[in-house]
Amino acid sequence: MSAEKKTDFQVVNHSLPRRDGRVKVTGKAQYVADLKLIGMAYAKVLRSPYAHAKILSIDKSRAEAHPGVHCVVTGFDLDGINPYYGHAVKDHPLLAIDKVRYAGEPVAAVVAIDERTAFEALELIEVKYEELKAIFTPEEAAAKDAPLLHQRQFEAGALRGFEGEVTAGKGSNICQSHKIQWGDVDKAFKEAAAVIEGEYYFPMTYAYAMEPYVAIADVNDQGVTIYSSAQHPFMVRHDLKSVFNLPVSSVRLIVPFVGGGYGSKSYTKIEPLVAACSWKAKRPVKLQLTVEEAMLTTRSDDAFTWMRTAVDAHGKIIARQAKIMMNTGAYAENSPLVVEKSTNRCVGPYAIPNVLIENSSYYTNTVPASSYRGFGCAQVTLPGESQIDELAAKIGKDPYEFRLANAAKPGEEFFPGMRPFDGTLKQDLETAAKAVGWGKPLEKNHGRTVAVSGSDAGAYPLTSTAIRVHADGSVTIMTGSTELGQGSHTVLPQIAAEELGVPFEKVRVVSSDTAITPYDRSTGASRTTTLMGSAVLEASRDAIQQMVVMAADVLKVKPEQIQTVRGGVRCGEAQLSWSEVICKFYALPDGEVIGRAYIRKSGKFSALPVFWEAAATGCEISVDEETGKISMEKLATVGDVGLAINPALAEGQDIGAATMGMGIGLFEELVYEGSQLVNGSILDYRLPRFSDLPKQVELHLVQNQDGVGPYGAKGGGEASLNSMAANIANAVDQAVGVRIRQAPLTPERVWRALKEKKSNMANRG
Amino acid sequence: MKLSFRLNDKAIALECEPADTLAEVLRNTLNLNGTKVSCEVQVCGACTVLVDGVPVSACTYLAYEARDKNVTTIEGLEKSDGTLHPLQQAFIDEFAFQCGYCTPGMIMSAKALLDENPKPTRDEIIHHMDGNICRCTGYVPIVAAIERAAEVLAKESKK
Repeated sequence: MSAEKKTDFQVVNHSLPRRDGRVKVTGKAQYVADLKLIGMAYAKVLRSPYAHAKILSIDKSRAEAHPGVHCVVTGFDLDGINPYYGHAVKDHPLLAIDKVRYAGEPVAAVVAIDERTAFEALELIEVKYEELKAIFTPEEAAAKDAPLLHQRQFEAGALRGFEGEVTAGKGSNICQSHKIQWGDVDKAFKEAAAVIEGEYYFPMTYAYAMEPYVAIADVNDQGVTIYSSAQHPFMVRHDLKSVFNLPVSSVRLIVPFVGGGYGSKSYTKIEPLVAACSWKAKRPVKLQLTVEEAMLTTRSDDAFTWMRTAVDAHGKIIARQAKIMMNTGAYAENSPLVVEKSTNRCVGPYAIPNVLIENSSYYTNTVPASSYRGFGCAQVTLPGESQIDELAAKIGKDPYEFRLANAAKPGEEFFPGMRPFDGTLKQDLETAAKAVGWGKPLEKNHGRTVAVSGSDAGAYPLTSTAIRVHADGSVTIMTGSTELGQGSHTVLPQIAAEELGVPFEKVRVVSSDTAITPYDRSTGASRTTTLMGSAVLEASRDAIQQMVVMAADVLKVKPEQIQTVRGGVRCGEAQLSWSEVICKFYALPDGEVIGRAYIRKSGKFSALPVFWEAAATGCEISVDEETGKISMEKLATVGDVGLAINPALAEGQDIGAATMGMGIGLFEELVYEGSQLVNGSILDYRLPRFSDLPKQVELHLVQNQDGVGPYGAKGGGEASLNSMAANIANAVDQAVGVRIRQAPLTPERVWRALKEKKSNMANRG
Repeated sequence: MKLSFRLNDKAIALECEPADTLAEVLRNTLNLNGTKVSCEVQVCGACTVLVDGVPVSACTYLAYEARDKNVTTIEGLEKSDGTLHPLQQAFIDEFAFQCGYCTPGMIMSAKALLDENPKPTRDEIIHHMDGNICRCTGYVPIVAAIERAAEVLAKESKK
C-alpha cells in the first residue's frame, strides 16, 4: 500500500488535454520521417529471397557505378566494426554475413543521392546463394535432423534483463528456455476433481505502427548521432557503442515523436545498419522502411501451448501445467525475455498451489520475433483464460463466480518470490461483469464473457531524471522516456505541476536525447508512469528542498524556519514564489534550480515486478452461424491502475490495447506458406477498422491507490489486450457451442468448427 | 515539368517530375510535412488531403493531377489568428489521437465528410471513415470527436 493516500489533487487525476495536442492536430509534430540533415543521402535495402542460404558472392560493381550511388554496403564490408548486436544475445548481424536466415533479411544496402536512385541500384547487385534446408516451426526446429540456424555460441548481450544462460548456438535451435515450478503438480492432478487439458496456438502478429521504422545516422569524427523512431534510445545507444567500439558519450540517440510503437520499436532495429551506411558513405544517411519491409523486421512470437488446469471438489484451482514452444524466428532480439515473461504469465492472476511451466523459444527461418504489447502474456492468456471457462462449465459454476473465487487477493503472495499482488481483481471483475450486463438474458447465438490477466510488468527499475525550475517559475522536465502516443509528455508534467504547485501549462518536457536527458532504461512494459513518474515526483521534491535552503539564505533564516506552501515558501509574514526565491538567490532575474532523482532496484522498488499489471475485459459477441462471422456487440475494459494520473489517457490506452487484442481474436495473423510470408502487406494483413467498432463500449478504471508509483499509481496499457482473444474464444463457445483453441477466430475457422459440430451430432443422432 | 495549383488558398508554382506523387511534392519540395505517408498503397488514409474538396490519398495521387486545382492539407485548417478548425479542437478535446501519425489524414477525411454531410449519423461516420486506419485509439474517441465537431459547426452556422 502506498504510504501517502493523498486525494485532494490539483493537477493529477484530472483529464487535462494532451500537451502534444496542438502540434499533432496541426501537422506540426515532427517525426523522424520529417527530418532532413544537410548533405543527407538515402539508403535502400536489398533483401534475401531465400529463407536459409549461404551467400557465395556479392557483386556490387554495377550498382556502385550507377549514377548517383555513393556506395553499396554488404556483409563483406564490415571490417573495423563489430557487426553483431543484441541486448539479450549478440547474434544479429547488421547485414547478413556468410548466410541468410530468413526471406527478407537485409543482404546489402545502397546509399545514393535520393531514394529512387538507391532503389534503382538494388537490382544491379548480384548475389549468388546456395540454398540450405530451412525450418519454419518450433517442431521442425526441435527435430533431430534439423539444420542449425546458428553454429557459433554467442556472447550474452550486456542488458539482457534475464538471468538464464545463453543457450543460443549451443548445438540446438533453442534460443532460450525457462521454467517455473512449485508444489507437486503430478500429485495435484491425480487428486483433482476435474481437469481441462488442451493444445492452443497463438499466431504471429504484426504491431503495425503507422510510422514504419525510420532512422537517420550521422557517423563522423565526433562519434555517432542517430535520429530514430526507437522506444528505448538508451538501449540502442548501448548496442551502437558496442558496434563502433566507442565511449558511451560518443553515441547520441535522439528520438522525436514516435508514430506508434506497441513494443515493435523496442530495442535496436535498423540503427546499426543505417549507422554502417553513414560510416561507409561518410555523410548522414536516412533509411525509411516501407510497411512491407517493416513487416519483415519484427513480429510477435507465435506460441504452441499445451496446458492443463485442475480444480478440487470445492471449486478451487489446485494445479496448472504447461509446455510452450515459441517461435522466435531468425534472431533472438528480445525473445529470451518474452520467454521468461510468458512463462510467468501462465499463472494468470490466480493463486495456484501447484505449478509447472516449461517454455522454450526456437530459432526458425522466419522474421525475428520480439516484444509486442503485452509481452508474451496474450500468448498464454488464450489458453489460461480459455481453461478457466471450460473448467467452470465442467464443474457447473458460473465462470465469473469461479474467477472471483480463485483470483489473487490484494497483498497475496500468489507467485513465490515476487511482489505480493497489488491489484483488486474482485472489483475489476465486478465492474467488467456489470458493464456487459452479466446475468441478463442473452439472445440466440450471443455469448457474454469476462476475463482477466495479470502481468509482472514494469521491466527493470533503472530510471533517472532532472527537473529544471527556471527563474520565471516555469519548469523543464528532462526525461529519457519516449512519447509514443501513450501520453508521457502530459502525465509527467501533471506530476511535476502537482508537486511544485506551478501551472501545468508552464511545465515542458524535453525527452529522449541520450546526450541531454538522464538515463532511462526503456519506454515499455507499462513502466513510465510508475518509474519515470516516481522519478519526476522525487526530483520535484529534491528541487523544492534546494529552494527551501535558497529561501533561507535569501531571508537570512534557518531552513527549518521555512515552510513550504503551494508554489513557494513562507516564513512568518514573508511569502516567496519559486520564481522569487531563484531570482533573489542569484540576484538576477535568471538562473535555475535542478532537482534530480535516481530510481534503482531498492527501497519500494526492491521487489519485482515493479507492479502487477491487471485488467479485466468483458464482451458480448454474436455469431452468424451461416458465415461464422463474429460481431462485437459490447466491449468493456477495466484498468486496475492504482491512480490514473490522467484518466482519459489511461482509458485511451485500455481501449487501444483491447482493440489490438480484438484484432488478434478476430482476424490478425501473419501467415507463412513455405519460406515466404504471404500476407506481409497492409493489403493482406487485416487490421481493425472503424467498421469493426463494437456496437457499445464502456471504459472503466479501478483506482485504489495501491500501486508503488506516484500517489499509488501503477501502469496500464497492455493488460486489456491480453485477455481479448480468450474472451472471444469463450464467448463463441457460449454462443454456438464450439471450442476453438486457436486465434484468430476467423469466420472460416468458426464456420468449420460449426460444420464439424453438426456432422458429429448427425453421426451421433 | 512545371506545375501550378492552389495550396491552402495560396497560388503555388513549382518544378516536379512526372512520376512525383502529391505527397512527395508536399513533403519533399514544399517541406509541408503534416501530410504523413504510411502504407503507400492508398489503404491506410494517413496521407489524405483534399483536392477540390474531395479526399484523395496523396501517396499515390500524381502531383500533376492537382494542376490548376485547389489542394487543402492539414496545414490549411488553422485560421491565421491561431484558431483551430472545430475538428482539430474536437480531436484534442476528445483525446482522439495518441501517436498522432494518422491524425492529419483522419482530420482531412472527417472534414470531407462534414463539408458534404454536416449532420452525419454514427453509421455514416463509420462508413465514411473506414478507409482511415488508427492503431492507437480503437476509433472510439475519433467518432466522438467528429460528432462533437459536427455539433460545433452546426452552432457556428446558425450564428
